[in-house]
Amino acid sequence: MEDLSLHIIDIVENAIAAKARRIEVSVVEEPGEDRLTIEIKDDGFGMDEEVRQRAVDPFFTTRTSRRVGLGLSLLAQAAREAGGKLEIDSRPGDGTKVKVTFQYGHIDRKPMGSMAETMTMLFLGNPDVDFHYTHVKGERSYTLKSEWMREKFHDQASVAPDAIQWLKKHLQEGLAGIGVKG
Amino acid sequence: MTKLTIEDLKRIKEEVRSSTLLREGGFRAKITIHMGTCGIAAGARKLMSAVLKEIEERKTQDVMVTTSGCAGLCSREPMATVEIQGKPPVKYCDLNEEKIKEIFLHHAIQGEIVEAYALARGSETTY
Repeated sequence: MEDLSLHIIDIVENAIAAKARRIEVSVVEEPGEDRLTIEIKDDGFGMDEEVRQRAVDPFFTTRTSRRVGLGLSLLAQAAREAGGKLEIDSRPGDGTKVKVTFQYGHIDRKPMGSMAETMTMLFLGNPDVDFHYTHVKGERSYTLKSEWMREKFHDQASVAPDAIQWLKKHLQEGLAGIGVKG
Repeated sequence: MTKLTIEDLKRIKEEVRSSTLLREGGFRAKITIHMGTCGIAAGARKLMSAVLKEIEERKTQDVMVTTSGCAGLCSREPMATVEIQGKPPVKYCDLNEEKIKEIFLHHAIQGEIVEAYALARGSETTY
Protein backbone atom coordinates (compact mmCIF):
# COMPACT_ATOMS: atom_id res chain seq x y z
CA MET A 1 0.00 0.00 0.00
CA GLU A 2 1.35 3.38 -0.98
CA ASP A 3 -0.30 5.48 1.67
CA LEU A 4 -2.46 5.40 4.80
CA SER A 5 -5.66 6.48 3.05
CA LEU A 6 -5.50 3.19 1.08
CA HIS A 7 -5.03 1.19 4.30
CA ILE A 8 -8.16 2.91 5.64
CA ILE A 9 -10.23 1.63 2.68
CA ASP A 10 -8.91 -1.85 3.40
CA ILE A 11 -9.89 -1.83 7.08
CA VAL A 12 -13.31 -0.28 6.29
CA GLU A 13 -13.89 -3.04 3.72
CA ASN A 14 -13.28 -5.55 6.56
CA ALA A 15 -15.98 -3.79 8.58
CA ILE A 16 -18.37 -3.92 5.62
CA ALA A 17 -17.63 -7.63 5.20
CA ALA A 18 -18.56 -8.00 8.91
CA LYS A 19 -22.00 -6.51 8.02
CA ALA A 20 -21.43 -3.22 9.87
CA ARG A 21 -24.25 -0.66 9.55
CA ARG A 22 -22.33 2.16 11.22
CA ILE A 23 -18.63 2.87 10.72
CA GLU A 24 -16.68 5.64 12.43
CA VAL A 25 -13.41 6.72 10.85
CA SER A 26 -11.28 9.08 12.87
CA VAL A 27 -7.90 10.53 11.93
CA VAL A 28 -6.11 12.65 14.52
CA GLU A 29 -2.94 14.42 13.43
CA GLU A 30 -0.95 15.88 16.33
CA PRO A 31 2.33 17.16 14.89
CA GLY A 32 3.10 18.93 18.21
CA GLU A 33 2.91 15.62 20.08
CA ASP A 34 4.61 13.77 17.21
CA ARG A 35 1.60 11.46 16.99
CA LEU A 36 -0.82 10.31 14.31
CA THR A 37 -3.77 8.18 15.34
CA ILE A 38 -6.24 6.42 13.05
CA GLU A 39 -9.29 4.71 14.52
CA ILE A 40 -11.90 2.66 12.66
CA LYS A 41 -14.84 1.53 14.74
CA ASP A 42 -17.70 -0.60 13.45
CA ASP A 43 -20.82 -2.34 14.74
CA GLY A 44 -20.29 -5.52 12.73
CA PHE A 45 -19.99 -9.15 13.84
CA GLY A 46 -16.87 -8.62 15.91
CA MET A 47 -14.29 -11.32 16.63
CA ASP A 48 -13.73 -13.75 19.44
CA GLU A 49 -10.50 -13.61 21.45
CA GLU A 50 -8.70 -16.27 19.41
CA VAL A 51 -9.45 -14.61 16.07
CA ARG A 52 -8.62 -11.17 17.49
CA GLN A 53 -5.20 -12.33 18.66
CA ARG A 54 -4.37 -13.91 15.32
CA ALA A 55 -5.87 -11.19 13.12
CA VAL A 56 -2.54 -9.48 12.41
CA ASP A 57 -0.84 -12.76 11.50
CA PRO A 58 -0.44 -12.73 7.69
CA PHE A 59 -0.86 -16.49 7.59
CA PHE A 60 -4.21 -16.35 9.35
CA THR A 61 -7.52 -15.59 7.67
CA THR A 62 -11.15 -16.48 8.27
CA ARG A 63 -11.58 -17.02 4.54
CA THR A 64 -11.66 -20.48 3.14
CA SER A 65 -10.63 -19.44 -0.37
CA ARG A 66 -6.97 -18.88 0.47
CA ARG A 67 -4.54 -19.10 3.36
CA VAL A 68 -3.24 -15.57 3.70
CA GLY A 69 -4.88 -12.45 5.14
CA LEU A 70 -2.77 -9.38 4.61
CA GLY A 71 -4.95 -6.33 5.34
CA LEU A 72 -4.40 -5.91 9.07
CA SER A 73 -0.87 -7.35 9.00
CA LEU A 74 0.27 -4.80 6.41
CA LEU A 75 -1.15 -1.95 8.46
CA ALA A 76 0.43 -3.32 11.66
CA GLN A 77 3.76 -3.49 9.83
CA ALA A 78 3.38 0.10 8.58
CA ALA A 79 2.74 1.22 12.17
CA ARG A 80 5.69 -0.74 13.59
CA GLU A 81 8.02 0.71 10.97
CA ALA A 82 7.01 4.22 12.05
CA GLY A 83 7.40 3.80 15.80
CA GLY A 84 3.73 3.00 16.39
CA LYS A 85 1.44 0.05 16.91
CA LEU A 86 -1.90 -1.47 15.95
CA GLU A 87 -4.46 -2.49 18.55
CA ILE A 88 -7.71 -4.34 18.04
CA ASP A 89 -10.58 -4.27 20.47
CA SER A 90 -13.37 -6.63 19.53
CA ARG A 91 -16.05 -8.89 20.90
CA PRO A 92 -18.52 -11.11 19.04
CA GLY A 93 -21.73 -9.14 18.47
CA ASP A 94 -20.18 -5.89 19.71
CA GLY A 95 -18.24 -4.81 16.64
CA THR A 96 -14.57 -4.04 16.26
CA LYS A 97 -12.30 -1.09 16.92
CA VAL A 98 -8.96 -0.90 15.15
CA LYS A 99 -6.61 1.75 16.52
CA VAL A 100 -3.29 2.50 14.84
CA THR A 101 -0.69 4.97 16.01
CA PHE A 102 2.39 6.32 14.26
CA GLN A 103 5.17 8.72 15.15
CA TYR A 104 4.01 11.70 13.11
CA GLY A 105 7.44 12.82 11.96
CA HIS A 106 9.03 9.37 11.63
CA ILE A 107 11.01 9.12 8.40
CA ASP A 108 9.34 5.81 7.55
CA ARG A 109 5.79 6.95 8.31
CA LYS A 110 3.72 6.51 5.17
CA PRO A 111 2.08 9.67 3.82
CA MET A 112 -1.61 10.19 4.57
CA GLY A 113 -2.60 10.13 0.89
CA SER A 114 -5.92 11.43 -0.38
CA MET A 115 -8.56 11.17 2.33
CA ALA A 116 -10.97 13.04 0.03
CA GLU A 117 -10.69 10.28 -2.58
CA THR A 118 -10.95 7.53 0.05
CA MET A 119 -14.02 8.96 1.76
CA THR A 120 -15.74 9.86 -1.54
CA MET A 121 -15.58 6.25 -2.70
CA LEU A 122 -16.51 4.79 0.67
CA PHE A 123 -19.57 7.05 1.06
CA LEU A 124 -20.80 6.60 -2.52
CA GLY A 125 -19.97 2.90 -2.83
CA ASN A 126 -21.81 1.99 0.38
CA PRO A 127 -25.01 4.03 0.56
CA ASP A 128 -26.52 1.70 3.18
CA VAL A 129 -23.71 2.24 5.67
CA ASP A 130 -23.82 5.09 8.15
CA PHE A 131 -20.39 6.69 7.99
CA HIS A 132 -19.08 9.17 10.50
CA TYR A 133 -15.74 10.67 9.48
CA THR A 134 -13.75 13.02 11.69
CA HIS A 135 -10.36 14.45 10.85
CA VAL A 136 -8.45 16.50 13.39
CA LYS A 137 -5.27 18.41 12.72
CA GLY A 138 -3.82 20.31 15.64
CA GLU A 139 -6.61 22.50 17.00
CA ARG A 140 -8.93 22.24 14.00
CA SER A 141 -11.34 19.50 13.01
CA TYR A 142 -13.58 18.47 10.14
CA THR A 143 -16.57 16.11 10.21
CA LEU A 144 -18.70 14.48 7.52
CA LYS A 145 -21.63 12.14 8.12
CA SER A 146 -23.63 9.97 5.71
CA GLU A 147 -26.85 11.35 7.20
CA TRP A 148 -26.00 14.85 5.96
CA MET A 149 -25.66 13.55 2.43
CA ARG A 150 -28.88 11.56 2.76
CA GLU A 151 -30.78 14.63 3.99
CA LYS A 152 -29.63 16.58 0.98
CA PHE A 153 -30.13 13.92 -1.67
CA HIS A 154 -32.87 11.81 -0.07
CA ASP A 155 -34.84 11.16 -3.20
CA GLN A 156 -31.92 10.41 -5.48
CA ALA A 157 -29.61 7.51 -6.10
CA SER A 158 -26.41 7.95 -4.14
CA VAL A 159 -24.34 7.87 -7.31
CA ALA A 160 -26.23 10.83 -8.79
CA PRO A 161 -23.84 13.29 -10.45
CA ASP A 162 -24.82 16.17 -8.16
CA ALA A 163 -24.26 14.02 -5.05
CA ILE A 164 -20.73 13.19 -6.27
CA GLN A 165 -20.06 16.87 -6.89
CA TRP A 166 -21.39 17.92 -3.47
CA LEU A 167 -19.42 15.25 -1.63
CA LYS A 168 -16.12 15.99 -3.39
CA LYS A 169 -16.49 19.71 -2.73
CA HIS A 170 -17.41 19.19 0.94
CA LEU A 171 -14.38 16.98 1.52
CA GLN A 172 -11.90 19.06 -0.44
CA GLU A 173 -12.94 22.36 1.12
CA GLY A 174 -13.39 20.88 4.61
CA LEU A 175 -9.99 19.19 4.64
CA ALA A 176 -8.27 22.24 3.15
CA GLY A 177 -9.90 24.28 5.93
CA ILE A 178 -8.06 22.30 8.60
CA GLY A 179 -4.79 22.30 6.67
CA VAL A 180 -4.99 18.76 5.27
CA LYS A 181 -4.16 18.21 1.62
CA GLY A 182 -7.24 16.43 0.20
CA MET B 1 -42.15 25.17 -33.28
CA THR B 2 -39.09 23.18 -34.33
CA LYS B 3 -39.55 19.64 -35.58
CA LEU B 4 -38.54 16.74 -33.36
CA THR B 5 -35.70 14.71 -34.86
CA ILE B 6 -34.95 11.01 -34.36
CA GLU B 7 -32.10 12.08 -32.03
CA ASP B 8 -34.53 14.11 -29.92
CA LEU B 9 -36.84 11.13 -29.59
CA LYS B 10 -33.93 8.88 -28.61
CA ARG B 11 -32.85 11.40 -25.98
CA ILE B 12 -36.38 11.68 -24.57
CA LYS B 13 -36.64 7.89 -24.46
CA GLU B 14 -33.35 7.67 -22.55
CA GLU B 15 -34.40 10.40 -20.10
CA VAL B 16 -37.78 8.79 -19.38
CA ARG B 17 -36.19 5.37 -18.97
CA SER B 18 -33.56 6.73 -16.55
CA SER B 19 -36.08 8.55 -14.39
CA THR B 20 -38.45 5.55 -14.31
CA LEU B 21 -35.65 3.26 -13.16
CA LEU B 22 -34.67 5.72 -10.47
CA ARG B 23 -38.23 6.06 -9.22
CA GLU B 24 -38.39 2.31 -8.91
CA GLY B 25 -35.13 2.36 -6.95
CA GLY B 26 -33.44 0.38 -9.67
CA PHE B 27 -30.52 0.92 -11.97
CA ARG B 28 -29.75 -0.02 -15.53
CA ALA B 29 -26.09 -0.91 -15.02
CA LYS B 30 -24.05 -1.83 -11.97
CA ILE B 31 -20.28 -1.56 -11.72
CA THR B 32 -18.59 -3.40 -8.87
CA ILE B 33 -14.97 -2.53 -8.17
CA HIS B 34 -13.10 -5.29 -6.33
CA MET B 35 -11.66 -3.74 -3.17
CA GLY B 36 -9.83 -6.52 -1.39
CA THR B 37 -6.35 -5.80 -0.02
CA CYS B 38 -4.95 -7.05 -3.35
CA GLY B 39 -7.25 -4.82 -5.41
CA ILE B 40 -6.54 -1.72 -3.33
CA ALA B 41 -2.77 -2.29 -3.50
CA ALA B 42 -3.04 -2.74 -7.28
CA GLY B 43 -4.88 0.57 -7.79
CA ALA B 44 -8.62 -0.14 -7.43
CA ARG B 45 -9.30 3.29 -5.89
CA LYS B 46 -8.15 4.94 -9.12
CA LEU B 47 -10.75 2.90 -11.02
CA MET B 48 -13.49 3.95 -8.63
CA SER B 49 -12.50 7.62 -8.89
CA ALA B 50 -12.39 7.36 -12.70
CA VAL B 51 -15.91 5.85 -12.81
CA LEU B 52 -17.30 8.51 -10.44
CA LYS B 53 -15.69 11.21 -12.60
CA GLU B 54 -17.33 9.80 -15.74
CA ILE B 55 -20.75 9.72 -14.01
CA GLU B 56 -20.26 13.28 -12.81
CA GLU B 57 -19.14 14.62 -16.19
CA ARG B 58 -21.64 12.73 -18.33
CA LYS B 59 -24.45 13.38 -15.83
CA THR B 60 -25.29 9.66 -15.89
CA GLN B 61 -28.32 8.88 -13.74
CA ASP B 62 -28.82 5.13 -13.99
CA VAL B 63 -25.47 3.50 -13.19
CA MET B 64 -24.84 2.10 -9.73
CA VAL B 65 -21.30 1.83 -8.40
CA THR B 66 -20.32 -0.34 -5.50
CA THR B 67 -17.37 -2.28 -4.07
CA SER B 68 -16.77 -5.90 -3.17
CA GLY B 69 -14.01 -7.94 -1.57
CA CYS B 70 -11.33 -10.08 -3.16
CA ALA B 71 -12.67 -12.26 -5.97
CA GLY B 72 -9.90 -14.83 -5.50
CA LEU B 73 -7.75 -13.83 -8.47
CA CYS B 74 -5.32 -11.47 -6.77
CA SER B 75 -2.74 -11.60 -9.57
CA ARG B 76 -5.22 -10.18 -12.10
CA GLU B 77 -6.21 -7.13 -10.03
CA PRO B 78 -7.42 -4.44 -10.34
CA MET B 79 -10.70 -6.01 -11.39
CA ALA B 80 -14.27 -4.86 -11.90
CA THR B 81 -17.58 -6.54 -12.69
CA VAL B 82 -20.15 -4.90 -14.96
CA GLU B 83 -23.75 -6.01 -14.90
CA ILE B 84 -26.48 -4.76 -17.21
CA GLN B 85 -29.98 -5.52 -15.92
CA GLY B 86 -31.20 -8.82 -17.25
CA LYS B 87 -27.82 -9.87 -18.62
CA PRO B 88 -25.03 -11.98 -17.09
CA PRO B 89 -22.28 -10.06 -15.26
CA VAL B 90 -18.90 -9.68 -16.95
CA LYS B 91 -15.64 -9.60 -15.03
CA TYR B 92 -12.78 -7.46 -16.28
CA CYS B 93 -9.18 -7.85 -15.12
CA ASP B 94 -5.76 -6.15 -15.27
CA LEU B 95 -7.48 -2.77 -15.44
CA ASN B 96 -6.28 0.79 -15.30
CA GLU B 97 -8.01 4.19 -15.51
CA GLU B 98 -8.03 4.25 -19.32
CA LYS B 99 -9.48 0.74 -19.61
CA ILE B 100 -12.25 1.36 -17.06
CA LYS B 101 -13.25 4.57 -18.87
CA GLU B 102 -13.55 2.58 -22.09
CA ILE B 103 -15.57 -0.12 -20.30
CA PHE B 104 -17.81 2.53 -18.74
CA LEU B 105 -18.60 4.06 -22.12
CA HIS B 106 -18.95 0.88 -24.19
CA HIS B 107 -20.42 -1.57 -21.69
CA ALA B 108 -22.17 0.39 -18.93
CA ILE B 109 -23.58 3.07 -21.25
CA GLN B 110 -23.86 1.40 -24.66
CA GLY B 111 -24.28 -2.19 -23.49
CA GLU B 112 -21.45 -3.70 -25.55
CA ILE B 113 -18.99 -5.98 -23.77
CA VAL B 114 -15.33 -4.94 -24.15
CA GLU B 115 -14.06 -8.42 -24.88
CA ALA B 116 -10.38 -7.42 -24.98
CA TYR B 117 -10.36 -6.80 -21.21
CA ALA B 118 -12.94 -9.38 -20.10
CA LEU B 119 -11.88 -12.31 -17.96
CA ALA B 120 -15.03 -14.39 -18.16
CA ARG B 121 -18.77 -14.18 -18.27
CA GLY B 122 -20.70 -15.58 -15.36
CA SER B 123 -21.89 -14.81 -11.91
CA GLU B 124 -19.96 -13.22 -9.08
CA THR B 125 -18.73 -15.68 -6.49
CA THR B 126 -18.71 -14.52 -2.91
CA TYR B 127 -16.22 -16.50 -0.87
